[in-house]
Amino acid sequence: MSSTVEIQTDPTKRGHWTSSQEVRWCPGCGDYGILAAMQFLHTELGVKRENSVFISGIGCAARFPYYMNSYGMHTIHGRAPAIATGLALARPDLDVWVIGGDGDMLSIGGNHLIHALRRNVNIKILLFNNQIYGLTKGQFSPTSEVGKVTKSTPMGSIDAPFKPLGLAAGAGASFIARTHDLDRKHMMATFKRAHEHKGAALVEIYQNCNVFNDGAFDAIVKRANRDEMMIDLVHGEPILFGAEKQRGIVMHGGGATIAEVADVGLDAIAIHDEKNPDPSVAFALGQMADNRQSPTPFGVLRAVEQQEYSEAVENQLKLAKKNQGEGNLHDLLHSGATWDVE
Amino acid sequence: MTNTADRVDKTNLDQVVIRFAGDSGDGMQLTGDRFTSASALAGNDVLTLPEYPAEIRAPQGTVAGVSAFQIHISDHEIYTPGDEPDVLVAMNPAALKSQIARIKSGGTVILNIDAFDERNLTKCGYEVDPREDGSLDDYIVHEVPMTSLTVGATADIDVKKRDAERSKNLFALGLVSWMYTRSLEPTIDWVEKKFAKKPEVVAANIAALKAGHAYGETTEMFADQFEVVAAPHAPGTYTNITGNAATAWGMIAAGELAKLPIFLGSYPITPASDILHELAKHKNFGIRTFQAEDEIAAAGAAVGAAFGGHLAFTTTSGPGVALKGETISLANMAELPMVIINVQRGGPSTGLPTKTEASDLLQAVYGRHGESPLPVVAAYSPSNCFDMAIEASRIALKYRTPVILLTDGYLANGAEPWNLPDVDGLPDISVEFTTEFNAEDANGNPAFYPFLRDPETLARPWALPGTPGLEHRLGGLEKADGSGNVEYSPENHELMSRLRKAKVDGIASDIPLVEVHGTGDRDTLLVGWGSTAGSITYAQTLLEQEGTPVDRIHLTHISPFHSNLGEVLKRYKHVYVPELNMGQLVKMLRSEFLVDAKSITKMKGLPFTAREIMSGMNQHIDGVVA
Ligand code: SF4
Repeated sequence: MSSTVEIQTDPTKRGHWTSSQEVRWCPGCGDYGILAAMQFLHTELGVKRENSVFISGIGCAARFPYYMNSYGMHTIHGRAPAIATGLALARPDLDVWVIGGDGDMLSIGGNHLIHALRRNVNIKILLFNNQIYGLTKGQFSPTSEVGKVTKSTPMGSIDAPFKPLGLAAGAGASFIARTHDLDRKHMMATFKRAHEHKGAALVEIYQNCNVFNDGAFDAIVKRANRDEMMIDLVHGEPILFGAEKQRGIVMHGGGATIAEVADVGLDAIAIHDEKNPDPSVAFALGQMADNRQSPTPFGVLRAVEQQEYSEAVENQLKLAKKNQGEGNLHDLLHSGATWDVE
Repeated sequence: MTNTADRVDKTNLDQVVIRFAGDSGDGMQLTGDRFTSASALAGNDVLTLPEYPAEIRAPQGTVAGVSAFQIHISDHEIYTPGDEPDVLVAMNPAALKSQIARIKSGGTVILNIDAFDERNLTKCGYEVDPREDGSLDDYIVHEVPMTSLTVGATADIDVKKRDAERSKNLFALGLVSWMYTRSLEPTIDWVEKKFAKKPEVVAANIAALKAGHAYGETTEMFADQFEVVAAPHAPGTYTNITGNAATAWGMIAAGELAKLPIFLGSYPITPASDILHELAKHKNFGIRTFQAEDEIAAAGAAVGAAFGGHLAFTTTSGPGVALKGETISLANMAELPMVIINVQRGGPSTGLPTKTEASDLLQAVYGRHGESPLPVVAAYSPSNCFDMAIEASRIALKYRTPVILLTDGYLANGAEPWNLPDVDGLPDISVEFTTEFNAEDANGNPAFYPFLRDPETLARPWALPGTPGLEHRLGGLEKADGSGNVEYSPENHELMSRLRKAKVDGIASDIPLVEVHGTGDRDTLLVGWGSTAGSITYAQTLLEQEGTPVDRIHLTHISPFHSNLGEVLKRYKHVYVPELNMGQLVKMLRSEFLVDAKSITKMKGLPFTAREIMSGMNQHIDGVVA
C-alpha cells in the first residue's frame, strides 16, 4: 500500500494510539484500565497503526475500537468473531483484535466464538467479563452466578453460568489466558503473549462494572486477596499460590483440585505445561473459576502450536494455482462442452 | 409453436418436450442432463426444468420420491421448458401417477414395466394397474422391460446385479436418443471421464446406453424416429449452462474485471449450494470460499472481507437472507460493498426448498429494520445470471453498498445454450481505493473523512486497513456526515438517512433504460421480472398469433427502478404483472407510479406456462378477479 500520508505523533507515546474520540464509559469502569493497557502495549509492540484492526460487537466493551487510533469496526451484537474471521482471511497481513463482553461473546455470539477458536483463525479475542449486561442496564449474563438478582431475575438467576476458559478448551482453542483489569502489567504481558501467538487467542479479562455489578471480582483481584485467591500460572513451574506458596494444584484423572503442600508434598503439585497437547488440562484449569468462592488461575492456561487457518487457506490457493495454473476467465468459460455456430 | 402431434411428417419435428421421471434414486437428473448436453451440442435451442423432491431419499417407489427432468428441444428459439410435455419416460408407477396429468393428450408414454409390480403399484396408491383400466387410452404407450434388458445387456460385465440395474437410466437415455436421433458419443465421453476410476461402471453404463439405442432400432414398437434440427443461433461459441454455474462464473468474472480478490462467505442451503461448490473448484483464481458456521457468520465474514478490500459475496436462499438481515443493514450503514445472492425458493419457513418461487422481492427491497435502502437486481435466464452477477458487483463497488441479486430455483437448476461472451468485451468495474487525506479537521490538520461523499455518486471513499494515516472506525452507529464520527443529533440522522436513500436512488441514472419489446403502440403491456421472462415472451408470441398483440417489458433492476419505467407504464391502458408470488412487484408499481397494474400470480413451485399467463389476463378482462 503506497501513501503520501505520514505519521505525525511519537509512536513511543500512548497518545499515538489514542483516537480523537471522547471515551464514554462510566467513570470508574474497568474498561478504562484495559484500554490504557492496550494502548501502552502498542507503543511497546512497535507495530504500525495502519496494520492493527479492532473489531467489536455490541455492548459497553464494544465501544473500544472507537478509542484506539487504528482501523476498526464496531459491528453487530455477537458477530465480531465472524466479521473478524472474514477480515483475517482476506488480509493475513493485519493484526486483528476482537473485543467483546460476556453477553456479546458467550450469549448471542457464542456460536461464532467457538467456531473461530476451533478453526484457529489468527484473531486475538479479548473477552471483557463483568458477569452482567451493562449497556442494557443490568440484566444477568451467561457468566452471572446462580442466584444473581437483577431486573430480569428478581427471584435470582437459575441459569448455570459458563466458565469461558473451560468452554474455550472444549472448543479446542490453541491459546487460552486470563487477566484482570486492576493489573496493567499483567494485562500487557498477557495481551502480548496473545499477540505473539499464531492462531486464535482467547483472553478473559475480569472486568469490573462499577455501576451494575460492582466488586464482582473483589474477593479475588483486590490487592489484599490476591495472594490467597489468584493462582499464577508459570510454564514449567509447579502451580503454587498463597502468601507462603503453601498451596498448590494437584491434577488427577479428569480434574484439578487445590491441596496444601504440607499435606501432599511438593512432588504431588502439578507442573504447569501450557504446551500440553491434551486440552483437558487447560479445561480442568479453566473450570477452576467459581465466582468469588475459590482460588482462580491467571496467566496463560494454554498455548499450543496448531495450523493457523488463514495460512491453510493461502496454502490451498497456492496449491490450486500450481495444479490448475493461474485462473483464466476465457478458459473457464470454455471449460465445458462447447460448439460453434457459424 | 406448432403442435408436434399435428404434424404429418413424423421424421422432422420443429420441437419436442420430453419428461424423464423416476424414483429419486433412478438417476433422472443425470439422464436429463445428458440428453440436454447432447441436444445442445446438436445445435438445438434447449431449456430445462429439473424437479426433485426435498428429501434426499424419500421412501422408494412413492409419489413423494419422484424426481423429474423436463427438457424442451427445438429448431428455433424457445422461451420455456415447455407447457405440456410430448413424451413421458416413467421408470416406475409412482412416476407415471404423479406426471401423467401434465402430458399432452395424444403424447407418448414410455414405461419401464419391470417396475410395474403389485408392490410398486400399491405403494403409490394405484388400486388397478393403469395399463389395464383405460386411463392411458389417450396416450401412445410403449411398455419396455428396461430393468431386465439392462441386466441382460450387462451380463458379461463384472458388476453386481444391483449396480447393473442402476444403469437402467442409461438404457432409457439410449432409447430416447435413438427416437430423437441424438448421438451417443457425448454421453459415452462423459461416462468415460466421470467414472474413469471404475472401468466396470463405465462398461455397464455404456452397455445399457447402447442396448437402449439398439432396442429402439430393432423393435417394431418404435416405428418412428424423429429429428429436431439445429436452431438458427447467432454465430458464436456456445456452451450449455445452468443458472447457478453462470452465477458462479459471473462472480469470478466480476473479480477479474474489478481486479480484486473474491471472498465468498456461505452456508449450505438449497438451491444455492452449487454456487459455493462451483467457486470452491476455482481457487486458482485466488478465490477464498469460506463455509461458515451459520448464515449470519457467512454474511459477517463477507463484511469483514469487504472492509479488507475484497469483492465480497454471500450466497443463500430466502431463509438465509432473513438471518443475514442485520448484517446486510450493517453493510448498508457502514457503506461497504458486498453482493448478497438469493436463489429464491418456495416459502415461508422451510416451505418448498427444492421448488422455485419469486416471493422474496419485498424482502429484498424492504425486508430490513430501519430505513435501509439498497439496490436490488434480478436475473431473467440461466445465462443472464452471469451478467447480473457482474452488474450487482459493479453497483456494489462503485456505490459502496450491499446489493441483492435475485435468482431462483428454476434459473439455478435450469439450463440453456449460452453464446459465450468475448472476455475482452466485458466491462471494467474496477474502483480506486483512497490513499490520501481528503479533508481538514476542526484544528485545520489534514484528515481522512470516511464519509465525505463523491458529489456525483454520493459514494464514500474506500480506504483499506494497511493504508498509513487513514486509520478510521466504521460501525453500525449513526455517524456524522463527512467525518464519520459517532453522531446522534436529530439533524444529522435525518441528513444521513436521506443521503443513503439519495445514493441508491441516484443509481437509476447509471443503469439501462427498460426496453419495450413489441411495437410500443399497443394498449396492453406485460411487465415481468426474474425467471418469468421466458413464459411471458412465449405468451406474447401466442397472443400475437391469436390476433391480440401486446407489448412486454422485463425489469432487471428493481431498486432503483429503471428511470423510464413510470413513463413507459403510463403509456398503456392495461398493465399486467405475472409473478411467481402473491403479487409483490405489482404492489411496488402501484404505489410508486399510481398505475392500475393488475396482478397474475402462481404459487405452485413451478414456472408459469404461457397459457396460465393468458388465462390470468382473461380473468381480469372477464372481471373474475379484480
Ligand atoms: S455500565 Fe458497567 S461496563 Fe458499562 S461502561 Fe458503565 S461501568 Fe462500564
